[in-house]
Amino acid sequence: MHIEIDEISKQFGVTAALHPVSLAIPSGALVALLGPSGSGKTTLLRILGGLEFPTSGRVLFDGKDATALTVQERRAGFVFQSYALFRHMTVFDNIAYGLTARPRASRPPRAEIARRVTNLLELIQLPTIGPRFPSQLSGGQRQRVALARALAIEPRMLLLDEPFGALDAKVRKELRQGLREIHDETGLTTIFVTHDQEEAMELADLVVVMSMGRIEQIGKPADIRARPASAFVRDFISA
Amino acid sequence: MSDARPIPFRPATEETPATRLALIGLAIGGLGLLVFGPLLIVFAEALAQGWRAAFAALSNPDAASAIRLTLLIAVIAVPLNAAFGIAAAWFITKFDFRGKAFLITLIDLPFSVSPVVAGLCIILMFGSNSLLGGWLVASGYPIVFALPGIVLATMFVTFPFVARELIPVMIEQGRAEEEAALTLGASGWRVFATVTLPNIRWALLYGVLLSNARAMGEFGAVAVVSGKIRGQTATMPITIEMLYNEYLSVAAFSLAAVLTLLALLTLFLKTALELRHADQLAAARRH
Repeated sequence: MHIEIDEISKQFGVTAALHPVSLAIPSGALVALLGPSGSGKTTLLRILGGLEFPTSGRVLFDGKDATALTVQERRAGFVFQSYALFRHMTVFDNIAYGLTARPRASRPPRAEIARRVTNLLELIQLPTIGPRFPSQLSGGQRQRVALARALAIEPRMLLLDEPFGALDAKVRKELRQGLREIHDETGLTTIFVTHDQEEAMELADLVVVMSMGRIEQIGKPADIRARPASAFVRDFISA
Repeated sequence: MSDARPIPFRPATEETPATRLALIGLAIGGLGLLVFGPLLIVFAEALAQGWRAAFAALSNPDAASAIRLTLLIAVIAVPLNAAFGIAAAWFITKFDFRGKAFLITLIDLPFSVSPVVAGLCIILMFGSNSLLGGWLVASGYPIVFALPGIVLATMFVTFPFVARELIPVMIEQGRAEEEAALTLGASGWRVFATVTLPNIRWALLYGVLLSNARAMGEFGAVAVVSGKIRGQTATMPITIEMLYNEYLSVAAFSLAAVLTLLALLTLFLKTALELRHADQLAAARRH
C-alpha cells in the first residue's frame, strides 16, 4: 500500500513533537525512520497506526484520506518496542487474537484460525512454541511472536517501533535478516523506527532521517552516505 | 596462611541465630497478643454457656435480621464499589488529563476522613431537614435511617480499596497491551474484557475482598446514618455493640463470632484461589 504523509504536525501541550512533515512511501517499500530519541519518529509511526492523531495534516493510504480512520479500521500490523504480548495468553492465543477479535460475520472458523496460526509459527521458525506463555520465551522469540501476531490480521502495512532495541547484537543481526525475508515474502509496505544508523542503512530501502520533529533527509542508504543533506545527518550517520 | 580468618558460612542478608530467635519471638508474641488472643476470646465467650445458648442467641429475630442486613449491604456495596473502582483506576492509569493528582487524592479521601464525619455528611445531604432529603422522604424514598443511607455510608468508607489495589498494578503494566489489542482490531470493550480485566484480576480480587471485609465490619458511618433501629437498620456490628451494652455477652459474642467467621471465610477463599492459580500468579509476576 502506498502511504502519503501530507504536512502532518503534532503538538503535545505546548511542545511540538512534529513540525509539519511530508513524506511519500511507495507501495512495498521497507522504510527506516532514523533519528535520536525525541526526534518525533515514534510519534510519526503511531500517527500512521492510528494510536495518535495529528494536530494538523493528512494521511493518505493508496490516495484515499485515512486521517480520520480509527486504529481498528487502519489494519496496520504494529510491533511494539517491548512487544506488548498478552501475558496471560499462550503464544497461540496471542497470534490468534486479531482473528478471534473480528466480528462474527467475518471471523474465520476455529479450524481456519488454527491453520493460520500454525502457518505463522512456521513462518517465524518457531513451530512448537504455541502452548507456551510469553514469560517462558527469550527476547528474540517474543519479538518474532509479536511479528507473527501483527501479520495474523492480514495487515495493509507493517509498523515496527524499535523492533530490535531490546536484543543482544547476535540475535539482532539474525532477526534483521528475518524481517527482510518476511518483508520480501509478503510484499507489505513496512516502516520501522530505529535510532541505530547501521541497522537503518543495512536493512531499509529508504531511510528517513529525523531530528527534533523535522525530516532532515529522505533517501536510499547509499545516497545518504554519499551526500548527507545537513551537518546533523553527517554527524548522525558517522556515529 | 595460619592467620586467615574462618570464612563465615552465612549469607550477607542473614542475621545471627540469637537475633533471628528474638525477632521471630517478637513477631509471634505480637501476633498472639493482638490477633490470635482476641480471636480465641471471641469464640470462647460466644460458647461460654454452650452451643445451645449461642445458637439461641443467633436465632433471635433481631440477630437474624442483622445478619441478613449486613450480607445484603455487602452484596450491594461491594459490586458497585468494584465497578467504580475499576472505572476510576482505568481512567487514571490509561488516560492523561489535567487534575489527575487531585482525583487520586479524592479517591483516598475516605481513608483520611473519619467515618463518623462521613455519616454526618450523608445526614446533612439526605436527611429530612435538607432540601433533597425532604423531597425524597415526601416521595416515599427515605435515604437516612434506611437501607440506601447505610449502603451509601458503606460505599463511601470502602470506596478506596479496589481503586487503590488496581492503580499501581495498572500503572506498572502500562498501556502497550491495550494498544496492541486495538491495532489487532479489537473494540474498546473487547480490549477491556480480554486484556485489561485478566491482567488485573488478582489485584481486583484482593481489592474486592478487602472492601468486603470492611463493608461487613463498618461501624462508625453506619452507626450515624442507620438510626440503629433493631430488626430494621441495625447491622451486625451495630447489633453487637447494642447487645454488649445490655450485658448480653453470649448474644453479643455469638454474633461477633459469626462476623469473624465471615471474615475468615473470605481469607480462606483468597488463600484457596491463590493456591489453585499459583502457577499463573508466578507467570504473571515473572513477565
